[in-house]
Amino acid sequence: MTTLPQTTEKKLGLVIDLDICVGCQACATSCKEWNTGGYSAPLSDHDPYGGDPSGAWLNRIHSYELGEGAAGRTVHFPRSCLHCEEPACVTVCPTGASYKREEDGIVLVNPDTCIGCKLCSWACPYGAREYDYDDGVMKKCTLCVDRIYNETLEEEDRVPACVRACPTGARAFGDLGDPDSEVSKNVAAREGFNLLEEFGYKPTNKYLPPRMKTSAHVSPEPARKSAPVSAGNGSMVEKLFAWADQKLSR
Amino acid sequence: MNKKPEIELNTPAGDEVKQTTCYMCACRCGINVHIKDGKVRYIDGNRNHPVNKGVLCGKGSAGIMQHYSPARLRAPMKRVGPRGSGEFEEISWDEALDIATGWLSKPRNTDPHKLAFFTGRDQSQSLTGFWAMQYGTPNFAAHGGFCSVNMAAGGLYTFGGAFWEFGDPDWEHTKYFMLFGVAEDHASNPIKIGIGKLKKRGAKVVSVNPVRTGYNAIADEWVGIRPGTDGLFVGALIHELFRNQTVDLDYLVRYTNAPWLVIQDKGAADDGLFARGENGNPLVWDSNTGDFGDGTSADISPSLTGSRKLADGRTARPVFELMAERYLGDEYSPEAVAEQTGLKAEDIRSIAAELADVAFKQEVVIDQPWTDWAGRKHDKMIGRPISMHAMRGISAHSNGFQTCRMIHILQILLGSIDCPGGFRYKPPYPKQAPPWLRPHGKEDQVKANVPLGGPHLGFPLGPEHLLIDEECASRIDKGFTWDAPMSAHGLMHMVINNAATKDPYGIEVLFMYMANMAWNSSMNVKGTIDHLTAKDENGNYMIPKIIYSDAYYSEMVPYADLILPDTTYLERFDCISLLDRPISEADMAADSIRYPVVEPDRDVRGFQEVLIDLGARLGLPAFTNKDGSPKYPGGYSDYMVNHERAPGIGPLAGWRGKDGEKSVRGEVNPNQIEKYIENGSFFAHHLKPEQAYFKHANQSYLDWAADMGFREDKKPTIFQLYCEPVQAFRLAAQGHGDRQPPETHRARIEKYFDPLPMWYPPFEEDMIDQAKYPLHAITQRPMHMYHSWGSQNAWLRQITAANRLYVHTSVAAGINAKDDDWVWLTSHQGRVKCQIKVMEGVNPHTVWTWNAIGKRKGAWGLDDDAPETNQGFLLNHLISELLPEGGGGYRYSNSDPITGQAAWYDLRVSIEKAEDTGATEPMFEPLKHGSQPASPTKLAYGKEFKRGKK
Repeated sequence: MTTLPQTTEKKLGLVIDLDICVGCQACATSCKEWNTGGYSAPLSDHDPYGGDPSGAWLNRIHSYELGEGAAGRTVHFPRSCLHCEEPACVTVCPTGASYKREEDGIVLVNPDTCIGCKLCSWACPYGAREYDYDDGVMKKCTLCVDRIYNETLEEEDRVPACVRACPTGARAFGDLGDPDSEVSKNVAAREGFNLLEEFGYKPTNKYLPPRMKTSAHVSPEPARKSAPVSAGNGSMVEKLFAWADQKLSR
Repeated sequence: MNKKPEIELNTPAGDEVKQTTCYMCACRCGINVHIKDGKVRYIDGNRNHPVNKGVLCGKGSAGIMQHYSPARLRAPMKRVGPRGSGEFEEISWDEALDIATGWLSKPRNTDPHKLAFFTGRDQSQSLTGFWAMQYGTPNFAAHGGFCSVNMAAGGLYTFGGAFWEFGDPDWEHTKYFMLFGVAEDHASNPIKIGIGKLKKRGAKVVSVNPVRTGYNAIADEWVGIRPGTDGLFVGALIHELFRNQTVDLDYLVRYTNAPWLVIQDKGAADDGLFARGENGNPLVWDSNTGDFGDGTSADISPSLTGSRKLADGRTARPVFELMAERYLGDEYSPEAVAEQTGLKAEDIRSIAAELADVAFKQEVVIDQPWTDWAGRKHDKMIGRPISMHAMRGISAHSNGFQTCRMIHILQILLGSIDCPGGFRYKPPYPKQAPPWLRPHGKEDQVKANVPLGGPHLGFPLGPEHLLIDEECASRIDKGFTWDAPMSAHGLMHMVINNAATKDPYGIEVLFMYMANMAWNSSMNVKGTIDHLTAKDENGNYMIPKIIYSDAYYSEMVPYADLILPDTTYLERFDCISLLDRPISEADMAADSIRYPVVEPDRDVRGFQEVLIDLGARLGLPAFTNKDGSPKYPGGYSDYMVNHERAPGIGPLAGWRGKDGEKSVRGEVNPNQIEKYIENGSFFAHHLKPEQAYFKHANQSYLDWAADMGFREDKKPTIFQLYCEPVQAFRLAAQGHGDRQPPETHRARIEKYFDPLPMWYPPFEEDMIDQAKYPLHAITQRPMHMYHSWGSQNAWLRQITAANRLYVHTSVAAGINAKDDDWVWLTSHQGRVKCQIKVMEGVNPHTVWTWNAIGKRKGAWGLDDDAPETNQGFLLNHLISELLPEGGGGYRYSNSDPITGQAAWYDLRVSIEKAEDTGATEPMFEPLKHGSQPASPTKLAYGKEFKRGKK
């Protein structure tokens, strides 16, 4: 079984804002696109043009409804590895292929020593691991480790591909171990939460809940029993015209 | 055991980055294409690009799989089996172009009507339209007639702009954003970026849509309206604004025709037209002088109220009064519309109150002096921070033109067009309202071997601009006839039907580009296929020759006789021009190009290259030199640089002039394309801060726009709350003038051509038995698919490979059905078998599904067991291209009576549980697919990029 570092210097992770995610799949396809040619290459696809297309994706979006009637809402929920502080997927690994990095807390799989036993995917309660049937190894979110330190990229591009692509700005990347980082401050301000906190794996990634709906806080003019349109003095039309006359002649 | 492996952290994304323009949908975002070993490694968004500012959507980020799709066509083909069989023989380009030239020569030399040239979702209409003009046929349009002409025409006739490409909300300042009928697309990244900003700022987002998905899911308020009743809802909002005296009177006086006097003389030939002075300008009542004044003059104080006696003794009333009476009518009270819209009266009142509060108590002030058209100086720009956006849910109904106009009237009453926080024009808009272009193609304008005297599409001001001779249509689609007098984008959805039935006449050649008319782009798919294959008594096809260009093996390909294979978007030149549909933003005039960032590995050519080549082979004047040689031997890029539409004005606006130092207008610059490529394939001319708002009346902006050729003159655009051209058609129907509608059409024109927008029930539901078909059926567009294109994409189809019919919990309960159960959906046209999914977030009288997921076996490189073909389905089979026979026996097209917009969303259905299971119906015969290679059974894309990995 594989041991975990006592602490990590940083806790790099994602903060995902469920208030503004529209479920467009940009984070999923940009992830697939970067990683199928990057550290995890390839992310294989099976039967890609046939009856049961499937493949390895490191990030998937689920859309579902909550509540009924006027209280109901539709939620788009992106799901990927949460880079837990106490990841069972690592401790369960028989070869040490799964490991958590001391320097930044990223949970990675070493494809050279992974034997494809799938114990980690059983251990992960978040379903974040993806077995690549063609490659014979386990694949998972790397937080784009081959982007975030990559000096051949412009500095502002050194973020995970999903964050780089997200059109609504629903995804942010940073050090959640640093309380002064932008992501930590935003998590504090918005009451960001851990997914399945009760399991105790201490996920690094955080989700921001949907905000209370913005209301303009205006009470409507009450419906008035008004005279018909074409009636004599006091109809709505006449009142409007009188108002218009008075207003414009000032 | 925990020895850390070495990880290569500094691998470059690729060997080089090439910046071009995305084409995974119509948004035209800037992309960085990372190339490695000659292959596409990765695509991300261009941070400097005005449209997407660096981000990229789910489609754009899956571009690799589109580019390498197994459905790509490989070489020119000619049909060898019967039409529709999919039996083809690959041929050389020389042979293909010889055949096409032969087929196209005859109509041009004899009767140019015999060519119908229609293009789909292409972005090169300034070229394709120009080519058709040069050819001389009146039969040209793009796909706007079945997409969103109601929005374009509704906006352009009202305020010289429109939603979607012609303007955007002021994302930086708006405080209240209303979204009408916007599915997940149109626009993609710009709306996503904008909504993200609004949500972070705490601005309120209200979505009006029968379905709560996508953008509607994150709105602060979801208005789950019944389809086709938006006009009632908006009318009730206007009712409330008038009732509460919360309209911007100063704005109305300054920028609109609200004070203009309308002749009230029932039965007269000019009843309902504007009273005009000797100079032809509309009259107003000037409260300063107590006399009539010129409505276009700045030096008067126009009155909004009061009935006036004209010099000839007749009465005239200002537009404002007529408008107020219309919307204060009881039929537009919140209580009156509640039942039909499915909304609560108090919710409507509450939204109206919020609109008024934000508009009039939360105004936005920008410290920026500006000067209006009359030279009056203003020290600030003051705005009413309400913005709106609408799309197909408004447009795709037979009452869409009037509903769209009503939304614009709501915006204008709130004073929120092109002000800080409001809806902003994107140059070259605003145009005049309506734009000064008139349609061309009257009988006397169509002659053998003579170019058409002007553009095909335009904005009629009355019956005199219709393209009819006696009562016969000049255009094959009956555009600009009494069927659809203001069909500013044509009626592409009627072309195949009309050509096959020789109504109004038969044609020789149908030439189409990028339009899947044999499947998801047509109503009544089976009927359309029958028309494509119909033969006369001699066994000849009713449409004798069909030439089609597409990049992929779509369902349309097997129905053509000659295939001209197009490239993918990464292999081509394109020109997204200010002459057509540019990429401008509110603060800039901008255009862009595509250029080949990878070379085709197949024998394919960009359609525009081929069109220019054909133009030269046919000897079209603008495409040939005097000696008969090709004018643009370098193809499309040669044309983009060297073609001039007017002196100094060409397809591209950037880096003009010999040294590349002139913008928009200037001499040809041979290095123009290189300059675009250096700049990320786009050009942007930024407006000055004093030109930023009130463009319709902003002297500095108007002067510049006129100089650039965007406008005819420097006069302001005056918002047409009351639309006089509409009244001109109505008067003809009432028996006035020398060009009147035939008796079959008279009542319809009189009824629907109301110069003040009103609501009427969509046609289909008005003509069928509503008890028999109690439900509305509509489509939404998934954010990760663009029409038919996404299903060939190995990644996107893993997200959605089959669609379900989404039904409200109560509907499912009513037929005792649960998720994945099969149902029959029946309309007056036909029936479809499909599976359901139950949901809460849908109007209870509405069922819906994702558009264009259903595919026909044999197309798009998919295997015969693909879910798209076995479970995926189209609503198109239920939608008739013709309305049921009404009084008089005439069957109108299933379209808006004013613009001819296809009324996709008027569909009414019934639902019943299907006992059997299995596959969707109707099921069509599998298409053969010529010599297309088999699709791979596995993909490991990117394996080759991994260093040290075999």
